[in-house]
Amino acid sequence: MNDTTALDAYIDAGTALLGIPVRPEWRDAIRHHVRVSFDLARTVLDFPLPDEADPAPVFSA
Amino acid sequence: MTSDTAARIAADVAVGRRRATDVVTQTLESIAARNPALNAFTAVTAERALARAAAIDASVAAGRPVGPLAGVPFAVKNLIDVAGLPTLAGSRINRDRPPAAADATLVTRLEAAGAVLVGALNMGEYAYDFTGENTHDGPSRNPHDTGRMSGGSSGGSGAAVGGALVPIALGSDTNGSIRVPASFCGVFGLKPTYGRLSRAGSFPFVSSLDHLGPLARCTADLALAYDAMQGPDAHDPVCADRGAEPAMPTLNDGIAGLSVARAGGYFRAGTSAEALSALDAVATALDATREIALPEAARARAAAYVITASEGAALHLPRLRTRAEEFDPAVRDRLIAGALIPAAIVAQAQKFRRWYRAAVLRVFETVDVILAPATPCVAPLIGQKTFVLDGREIPLRPNIGIYTQPVSFIGLPVVAVPVPLPGGLPIGVQVIAAPWRETVALRVAHALEARGIVHAPEPPRDM
Repeated sequence: MNDTTALDAYIDAGTALLGIPVRPEWRDAIRHHVRVSFDLARTVLDFPLPDEADPAPVFSA
Repeated sequence: MTSDTAARIAADVAVGRRRATDVVTQTLESIAARNPALNAFTAVTAERALARAAAIDASVAAGRPVGPLAGVPFAVKNLIDVAGLPTLAGSRINRDRPPAAADATLVTRLEAAGAVLVGALNMGEYAYDFTGENTHDGPSRNPHDTGRMSGGSSGGSGAAVGGALVPIALGSDTNGSIRVPASFCGVFGLKPTYGRLSRAGSFPFVSSLDHLGPLARCTADLALAYDAMQGPDAHDPVCADRGAEPAMPTLNDGIAGLSVARAGGYFRAGTSAEALSALDAVATALDATREIALPEAARARAAAYVITASEGAALHLPRLRTRAEEFDPAVRDRLIAGALIPAAIVAQAQKFRRWYRAAVLRVFETVDVILAPATPCVAPLIGQKTFVLDGREIPLRPNIGIYTQPVSFIGLPVVAVPVPLPGGLPIGVQVIAAPWRETVALRVAHALEARGIVHAPEPPRDM
């Protein structure tokens, strides 16, 4: 399965589960942005953080 | 022209040398004459403004105090609530909302200081934009070349102040949306520390990253507006519970004793000759020979991108499900992609944010101010889709904010200062300080202005 096929399958499944209608002519742009998001996400995930690291937002009761 | 400063207007009005009514009338005439070329305003609140001005004139005549911004016209990005107007946030969908029942906190505070609201300003849809283009209202236009972008998403704010229609405007900045139009339109912009100014009564984008702040034509006006808006606000859970720390009293303190460095590494890679030239001019004037690296800045930008896309999509999910056709296509397609980002990635980006904050605060143990470009290039042409960065042609829209995103990601205060380039368009430099030290960034900006290194260029007279 190539990158485009995998991304299209992911977009089809994800938008269907979320109930977002997608016109065929929007597909190329959405695929581009999903690809960019996952490329940048990889940069974030590649950075080693300890299990104990807290996220930035802190809830105060 | 209204290149009158807010400080001068307020001083004149307070002593009865000028009437607020005359100032506001002149401003309204100027907007009527020149807004068609700039497309900065989406609503002009003439009746309200004239009533407010008359009340100020009555106070002056009666000897009552009128505040440090008496009679100063200002306008706000149309995601900020103005009583009686629907809060558009640059969208078509929000036109169906009922008019705002009350003004946003910052509007109330500016008017309490004597300022006079004259209208609401154009912006990129739902603030997911760096260009100032808008499919519903048309693009706001650069006052120094109306064929070029104002920058966004606070495009109308940049165009209105850069075009000298008003001395002060409010914008919002999630990833650069005050600093980018300030850079392209040649004005000063303050993105305060995250949590400094109340966002109550504004339409959100990414709560984790949203800031409001002023744009102005000089540092004194920026500081005056900023000082009038500070203070806690129970209506914004992010707004810090700390008292006002006014910038005006120390604005003239100079830069003696401050350590200033320029950001290297990520912030130098591949930027344009114009951006480098502006940065060099500012750094040289401040004797900033030291270069420091903000650790993992590229990763910070990536994390900001992911959080923005995901939180923005979460905000708009109900509208994406039911009214997707009514969005600006450029915004809609990015939001749909953002809705598909797994939560695990966003959680990791928020963990990285805390790590990055600690790492950058260590840098601020040895330096007071860091200088960086505001934008990688001068204002592109309206409609332009790509630009060349580091020798590569890349998409313009998502990359205009590459130098602003790693800074706002951890909420650092920044003053974007305008550097007029010889015979060309202006471009901004970011004067970045440690959290809660807006006063330091404003002092440095003021010193640069006093030495003539930075200033807001006058718009063309024939505009």
